[in-house]
Parts: sequence; C-alpha cells; structure tokens
Amino acid sequence: MDDLYREIIVDRYKNPHFKGKLDAGNISFEDENPLCGDLIRIDLRVDVEGVIREAAFDGHGCAISQAAADLLVESVIGKKVDEVKKMTKQDILDMLGIELGPVRLKCALLSLKVIKAGVYGLKEADDSLVEG
Amino acid sequence: MDTIKIQADFPILERTVTGGKRLIYLDSAATSQKPVSVIASMDHYYQNMNANIHRGVHALAEEATQAYESARLRIGIFVGIKNPREIVFTRNTTESINLVAKTWGHNELNSDDLIILTTMEHHSNLVPWQMLATEKGLRLEFINLTAEGLLDVSAYQKLLNQSPKLVAFTHMSNVLGTINPAKDIIKQAHQAGAITLLDAAQSVPHLPVDLKDLEVDFAAFSAHKMCGPTGIGVLYGKEALLSKMPPFLGGGDMIKKVELRSFKPNELPHKFEAGTPAIAEAIGFGAAVDYLTEVGMDAVAKHEQELVAYALDRLDEISGVGILGPTAEKRGGVASFTVEGIHPHDVAQILDGEGIAIRAGHHCAMPLHAILGIQASSRASFYLYNTISDIDALVNGIYKAKKVFN
Repeated sequence: MDDLYREIIVDRYKNPHFKGKLDAGNISFEDENPLCGDLIRIDLRVDVEGVIREAAFDGHGCAISQAAADLLVESVIGKKVDEVKKMTKQDILDMLGIELGPVRLKCALLSLKVIKAGVYGLKEADDSLVEG
Repeated sequence: MDTIKIQADFPILERTVTGGKRLIYLDSAATSQKPVSVIASMDHYYQNMNANIHRGVHALAEEATQAYESARLRIGIFVGIKNPREIVFTRNTTESINLVAKTWGHNELNSDDLIILTTMEHHSNLVPWQMLATEKGLRLEFINLTAEGLLDVSAYQKLLNQSPKLVAFTHMSNVLGTINPAKDIIKQAHQAGAITLLDAAQSVPHLPVDLKDLEVDFAAFSAHKMCGPTGIGVLYGKEALLSKMPPFLGGGDMIKKVELRSFKPNELPHKFEAGTPAIAEAIGFGAAVDYLTEVGMDAVAKHEQELVAYALDRLDEISGVGILGPTAEKRGGVASFTVEGIHPHDVAQILDGEGIAIRAGHHCAMPLHAILGIQASSRASFYLYNTISDIDALVNGIYKAKKVFN
C-alpha cells in the first residue's frame, strides 16, 4: 500500500512540474475517466520535424492520474510524435514504478489515452489506445 | 442489537483482505453483504426444486412456483402491501423506474408536461426521465437543496403551482444520507394532481417503510441492498395504475393468449414479468426480508442511527475533513466526506490497504456533486453488521491517509 503512494507519486501530485496550458500549443486533447471524475488535458507544441518541443497538462483527479500525467508529459518533451504513438501501458507503469489493479489502472492510463488521441488527431479517445 | 450474533450470520465478514487484515465493510449503500440464510435458500432451490415456474404441472414446477410466489407475498408484507398483484419483480430499482417511464410515462405524459425531481437523485431516478423528456418534449424541474442538505420545501411549493404530472424523488439520499419527508411530499403532490414515484432503494433496506401508509403511487427497491441477491428488485404500483399500463417487455409469461398477429396480456403482476424470471433470486429476496423481519427494522434503523451519529462526531474531529449532508438525526446510515488535499480515490485506496471497504467517486449522483462544487467524495455506509469499532478503524485509516499525503 505504502508502495502505491511512493514519494514520487505524492510529490508530483502535490507539486506537478508540468501543469498548465500552452499558449503556443498546436495539439491539445482532453478526456475524463467517468468512474472517478479524473480529467486530463494535454497541450503539445510540435515543430515541423514532428518533435515535441513543449508539453503541459491540466486537470484534476486522484494522485495516480495526476502524477502519471506529469511524468508522461515530462517524458515526451524532445521526443518525436511517432515515438509517442508507440508508447504503451508498460511505459506508464515503469514511470510510476508501481503495479495497479484494473480500476486504478484507468486512472494511471488516462493521460496516455489523451496524448495518443491528440497525436493521432482523433475526435474521441478510446481504451484501445492504451491496451496491450 | 446483538451485533456479534448478527456478524456470525454473514460468512464473508470472517474473511481477511490485503495481507491478513480483518474485512471492515463500509459499503452497504452500494450493496449489502448476504446472511447465510439467504445464500442457503438459493442453494436449496437449485439443489431441490429447480424448475421453471407458472406453466409446469410436475412436482418441482409446483414447488418452485409456490416458493417464488410466497417470496412475493412476504416482500409485499415487508413494505406494508398485502396485495401481491401490486408487487412486480424486476431486475433492480433502475429497471423498476425505467418500467414506469416506458409504460405509464409513455402513455400518460405529453409535450410540455412537467416532472418534478430533486437535485439529490441517483442517476437511476434521473436518466430515465431525461430520456422520456427528450422523446416527448417534457419539462423537468428540480427541488433544490438547502445549505444543510435537506430538500427546500418552499421551492417545492412553488413548483407544485405549475401543475406537475409526476413527482419522483428519493426517500433517502445515497450520498447525503438525507431522509426526505416522503409522506408530506406525496400528499402535497396528490393535492396538486400529480402521480408520485418513490426511489426507495436506500430506505427500504434501512428503515421501517410502509408504502400503504405513504399512499405513494409507485415505489422501487432492490434486493441486493437489503441482504438479498443481485439481479432482483421490485416495482410497487397501485393496482389501478398498473392495470391501465401497457406491458413493458413482451414474451413468455406476460401473456394470457397469443395469436399470430396479436396477444392478450396476462393479469397483474405477470403482465410485467416477461420471460423466465430470476427465480432463485426471488426466493433469496424472500429469505432476506424474513431475516430483516426477524432482526426488526426498528432495531436496524436505531442501530444505524447510533453508528452514523458516532461517525459524524469522529469525522468532525479530523482537521481537513468536510462532511456532506445534514446532522445525524435527519439522515440514515451514510457518511460522505472529503479530505482536504487528498482525492477520494486515494483515500479509498489507502483505507483498502487497512482492510476497510468504502466507496469513492460520485456515487451515481454527478449532478449533486456538481451542485456541491466537488468532483467526488468518499462514502462510508453502515448496516446492521457494523460496529463502533469499524468506525474507529475508518477514522484511523483517514489519519493514515493524511500522513501519507503530508
């Protein structure tokens, strides 16, 4: 249990490093987790070469969802959009350093779902984006 | 009330969770645990009398039919209804309310007609009316809450002046715990010429409820919140109304006579019970009301009142904890709260690590949470098997959550 609330998760929840909105963003997407009411919006500024130059998230929710969003956003800066498309559930779990049951997994994966829907230019996010 | 004796009736309470911790179950408003007598009654049905009901002439079919119909009678009597034609088995409260919306509502309501609801409704008594309102161009108005979390009676009076056709409301809020003055609300609705529907999903399991005395037109409740199995609930309706309503689902058992191009519906209550019903579950539901009758609903209500009063006092001691809803004497055994700086899901997760089961989220009442200005809350809910020491464990768990987050 105490493992679940590792220092990094509580710390990123209370003091996120990448929370806010991008004025100069050119990709943004928002979705929520109806079970918990977690909400995540991610803004990206992608250059002509497809590299993510700036990224930020906004929203509210539980510590798991918010910390995952902060860590994810940090990890994608400097990456190519195509690399983000290849990110998986495991990447998020590795960043958080925890294992999660099916209910809380949805909290952890919301930001990945949002960023993928954004980079794919989708109208609606769906769970298939983060499965496997 | 002898809680030790009662706890022994619920086998699940003997199990441990999360690394050997005793299970402390504080989520009965979502679904209650089941006593061994309920589980045994369903086992008995499957092991001794399993057969389809109403049509068979063999011994098993006779016994199964008798057991099913006897359950209906006992469940009716449990809520003050002696006429079994007025007790319709459904899947749950939600299906009962949908049944009314799709039959009575479909036939009786027309464009611009007004339905009065409250802002504390569970989605089950909101969405069916939204669906009907969209289909037929109905108006929905809501009785707001006072700052204390009670229904605003003066707002209700004003709405009644607009000649509503239906007043549908919860007897007890599943979030705030507020017990609404059902008898007054129903009486005033009738004086204004409206039909009334009571969402009794939280009240019938926890309080003595006499639907006859309330004079309500329709009422809905579920077995699984009152020591019974999932998959079965009741729609109560006055016979005069039910008999005028069209059938809900079509198929076997709901018919008297079928020809190639037409059918004649069956008598009440079978007209609303198409297809093979949840027979074992109906029998289990009967055993559940037998169990609660033996304990006594006055004793159950009194016990929960003691628990909730203690819980509110203890929660109030914790800095940063905000309690939703009114004072203890105006509510049932539900205590919803927020903890400053900690999301309800994180509170629930940390409590789970202590073996304590509570609910976190919007509890199927998203509009209510929006009105309260919060996204979610944590909810501890109590039943006859809970004790003061369960609440002490809850409070210790909340202190632990605060420690993790500070």
